[in-house]
Amino acid sequence: MTPHPAPETGPILGKLSLEALPLHEPILVVTFIGVVLGGIAVLGLITKFRLWGYLWTEWFTTVDHKRIGIMYMILGLIMFLRGFADAIMMRIQQAMAFGGSEGYLTPHHYDQVFTAHGVIMIFFVAMPFITGLMNYVVPLQIGARDVSFPFLNNFSFWMTTAGAVLTMISLFVGEYAQTGWLAYPPLSGIAYSPNVGVDYYIWGLQIAGVGTTLSGINLIVTILKLRAPGMGLMKMPVFTWTSLCANILIVASFPILTATLVLLTLDRYVGTNFFTNDLGGSPMMYVNLIWIWGHPEVYILVLPLFGVFSEVTSTFSGKRLFGYTSMVYATICITILSYLVWLHHFFTMGSGASVNSFFGITTMVISIPTGAKLFNWLFTMYRGRIRFELPMMWTVAFMLTFVIGGMTGVLLAVPPADFVLHNSLFLIAHFHNVIIGGVLFGLFAAINYWWPKAFGYKLDVFWGKVSFWCWVVGFWVAFTPLYILGLMGVTRRMRVFDDPSLQIWFVIAGIGALIVAAGIGAMLVQFAVSIWRRKELRDETGGDPWDGRTLEWATSSPPPDYNFAFTPVIHDLDAWYDMKKRGHQRPVDGYRDIHMPSNTGTGIILSGFCLVMGFALVWHIWWLVALSFAATIVGAIYHTFNYKRDFDIPAATVTAVEEARTRQLAAGA
Amino acid sequence: MPSNLPRFPARLRLLPLLAALPLLSGCGLVVLDPAGDVARQQGDLIVLSTVLMLLIIVPVMGLTIFFAWKYRASNKEATYKPDWDHSTQLELVIWSAPLLIIICLGAVTWVATHLLDPYRPLARTAPGKPVAAEVKPLDVQVVALDWKWLFIYPEQGVATVNELALPVNRPVRFRISSSSVMNSFYVPALAGQIYAMPGMETKLHGVFDKTGEFEGFSANYSGWGFSNMRFAVKSLPAGEFDKWVATAKASAEGDLSRDTYLKLEKPTHKEPVRRFAASDPQLFDAVVNMCVEPGKMCMHDMMSLDAAGGAGIAGIGNVRQVTYDKFAARGTVDAARWSIRYVAAACSSPVMSNDRPDAKPVAPAMLKGEGLPHPAKPERTALNAPAATRPMS
Repeated sequence: MTPHPAPETGPILGKLSLEALPLHEPILVVTFIGVVLGGIAVLGLITKFRLWGYLWTEWFTTVDHKRIGIMYMILGLIMFLRGFADAIMMRIQQAMAFGGSEGYLTPHHYDQVFTAHGVIMIFFVAMPFITGLMNYVVPLQIGARDVSFPFLNNFSFWMTTAGAVLTMISLFVGEYAQTGWLAYPPLSGIAYSPNVGVDYYIWGLQIAGVGTTLSGINLIVTILKLRAPGMGLMKMPVFTWTSLCANILIVASFPILTATLVLLTLDRYVGTNFFTNDLGGSPMMYVNLIWIWGHPEVYILVLPLFGVFSEVTSTFSGKRLFGYTSMVYATICITILSYLVWLHHFFTMGSGASVNSFFGITTMVISIPTGAKLFNWLFTMYRGRIRFELPMMWTVAFMLTFVIGGMTGVLLAVPPADFVLHNSLFLIAHFHNVIIGGVLFGLFAAINYWWPKAFGYKLDVFWGKVSFWCWVVGFWVAFTPLYILGLMGVTRRMRVFDDPSLQIWFVIAGIGALIVAAGIGAMLVQFAVSIWRRKELRDETGGDPWDGRTLEWATSSPPPDYNFAFTPVIHDLDAWYDMKKRGHQRPVDGYRDIHMPSNTGTGIILSGFCLVMGFALVWHIWWLVALSFAATIVGAIYHTFNYKRDFDIPAATVTAVEEARTRQLAAGA
Repeated sequence: MPSNLPRFPARLRLLPLLAALPLLSGCGLVVLDPAGDVARQQGDLIVLSTVLMLLIIVPVMGLTIFFAWKYRASNKEATYKPDWDHSTQLELVIWSAPLLIIICLGAVTWVATHLLDPYRPLARTAPGKPVAAEVKPLDVQVVALDWKWLFIYPEQGVATVNELALPVNRPVRFRISSSSVMNSFYVPALAGQIYAMPGMETKLHGVFDKTGEFEGFSANYSGWGFSNMRFAVKSLPAGEFDKWVATAKASAEGDLSRDTYLKLEKPTHKEPVRRFAASDPQLFDAVVNMCVEPGKMCMHDMMSLDAAGGAGIAGIGNVRQVTYDKFAARGTVDAARWSIRYVAAACSSPVMSNDRPDAKPVAPAMLKGEGLPHPAKPERTALNAPAATRPMS
């Protein structure tokens, strides 16, 4: 029944052969041609404008946290377009496949599409977006010149990218997993998935996982060790706090994912029996392990955005954040509780009633600190002067959307209710409700909020509003039908349907997806228009367009390489607001040499080796595995002998940069 | 004067839409309007929990909109307190309001999870209709195959593929397993779902209190043919159920022998309804123990060997013997390659059953406190017995 039998393994190319190219899938052939033509166009333009050297020295090899942050955001955006294309394909298939119609996707193709959609959206969209955001903003918010380990930061980014590239290669060489985004065994075991799809899944995630874990360590150390003098833990901006907690979660939970995938790898590659049906294996163990990572992952994604909403609400209400202390403790509560709820993802596995109710109730308990946060934002708005700029619009949309997602989440935490709603489209609607309503809306707030900081000009408001309304309306049009279908007992991951009365709901959901597509289009137009009109949109305030409250608004936009010419001293929670209030005078002389890390190409080269190794492992090309593994190790050791790791920005350069800013500020005033 | 009318009622025009919600449930929200007592209680719980949470969600949404409107920058009338950032009273409310809701919901959860535990036999078939002590639930054994469902009725001696017929008002006890990968057995009109897992047995209790035709399916993605893994469910009056059993027994498909099962186990999809006589009482336990193939070692045999310290070097041969996962199941490898046999002598016969006794049904009286001893008349025990009757020390 499986259309593709397990291929034979050869000594030179492993399992790889011409048959691995999906020439029989017209959709993929057309996509491939599109990607090739687009790729040639982009590479041609880069060559024509002689940008290769610039890209290499200024971006690919950079160790500047701001540029790495921007590269993370670009990676997230590109992968978002791929993930959303998958979403549109699913919506079209499900809107078509009724009354005997098979739709336009074969099971083999459709099953890859929904698997890839989940994996890409979580690992290669949401994760790069939040990592990029934290990378850009956290060092600025704490008054640091860079992260603690700048080279590691570059390496982490390229490892994440290598994972994404390996996942994208599966589109055109071989196939992706057909298992669902968490690849439950025994389906993902070698017995029932004998082809390379699951191997692409495993190695893509393992390579990217190295990047994520290292970047988590990096940001924790940065936040704990590099804060400006006077910034005690309880004077840290809330975004930095939520980033700290998210990174603690990353460091504590990603190793579990890595270990779980290693066990699955052993099952698939060397015939162990951790998760097989026979010989003492237990697939249930995998489900437990993967969710012990998977639930904290949800909070890794959403916590930093909770921080964003706090910053935005406070800034645009022109008011101190209400209940800072309770906000911090709520964040810590959520961090700890997120480890005590994983079993709610599989109440239906047959645990006893006491176990199920324990995990149901711990899940509900998380809604208490989350609710407290929501009230805190609410009372930050109370008696404020709210300016409805785009970031604030996204925040209000978040508050109204997220409470519904939270409510359906608590509902699913009641085990008997979960027995009838588990794996249904109600569940799908719920988690898109919190991930789109919480994570994506938060990212859009953050992008609109910090864009002027990163580039020195604001984003276009008209196209921003078009995008906003398309997104909010499109979201509800797309997912309300899924809530209803869930209550009609329709389950997820279905390719074809029997009951014709369901079709209308899928058509409505498809229309919603198209409205969201318009929102994405408007957002891309917003970026393009803003770049085009950047002179008109220039931030004339010299770095503080929103009347900001935290330290990142104290420096210029975009900030100089060294962020701050003098490390600021902190006296209050809203450091920059406090400095402005006390009539802080920017020092204009006495600049000194600033010690900075040097760029290095090691990160991209090592990640390249890892990418080759991942590809070779997927296809069982053992000689190439050995070669690329050796190259990675030798490369890493060779890099330790690189003594040209740092340099000093001469005081003269600093003076020149700062005097330019002084003139700019004088002109703006 | 119309211009003086407040704008509020215009928004209220949407309210009749809310009243239309029950109508919507009439046209297919099977989860909220099922045909069985268990599913109905689960549906009611959804409504109850939602209402409980709306108690806090609605005010929050209302306040968000109100504050956003009232404190807009253009409204210079509104109070502006840029440095106000703390209020102990408000903090208490902020933390305690969700806490109180969660305490209520937590209590409901604890009780409902225990009452509606799928492993617990039913105490009633409908509100006010307790199950008499002598009523034995109907046993149905469920096996998720690639990509179809097998139902075995041991009591009736029949088996079906992709068709589940049940007598109305009689409690049903499902024993559920799977042949290759994880699935989830779900009949929304009857009761919540439970996973079907290979080599393991799960249980579910349910009852229909309405007759009719419904649908069941796998609610956990299981690979290539998953979408068509659906089956018809019929809730029949007792007499018609007996007729249905008689028809199934006389079916031309014959008896569901182990050979037939092994053929049936091969991956197919869009399988039509098939009916068999089923005379092998041990088939289901053999499926759970992964030893339907003749001469294959059952899991419980392997476990008892392991418990006794294993079979040493000789046991290596057994590894081949117990290997179960196979490419052949999905038709990619020649069956002859995995059918080599080594040891059969170590296997016990008959197959040991995984069927464990159920928990006791909930006695409704206990929940109301009626079953507890009356506080005024404490039970006599050695400790509270009157001094005169105590044994002399």
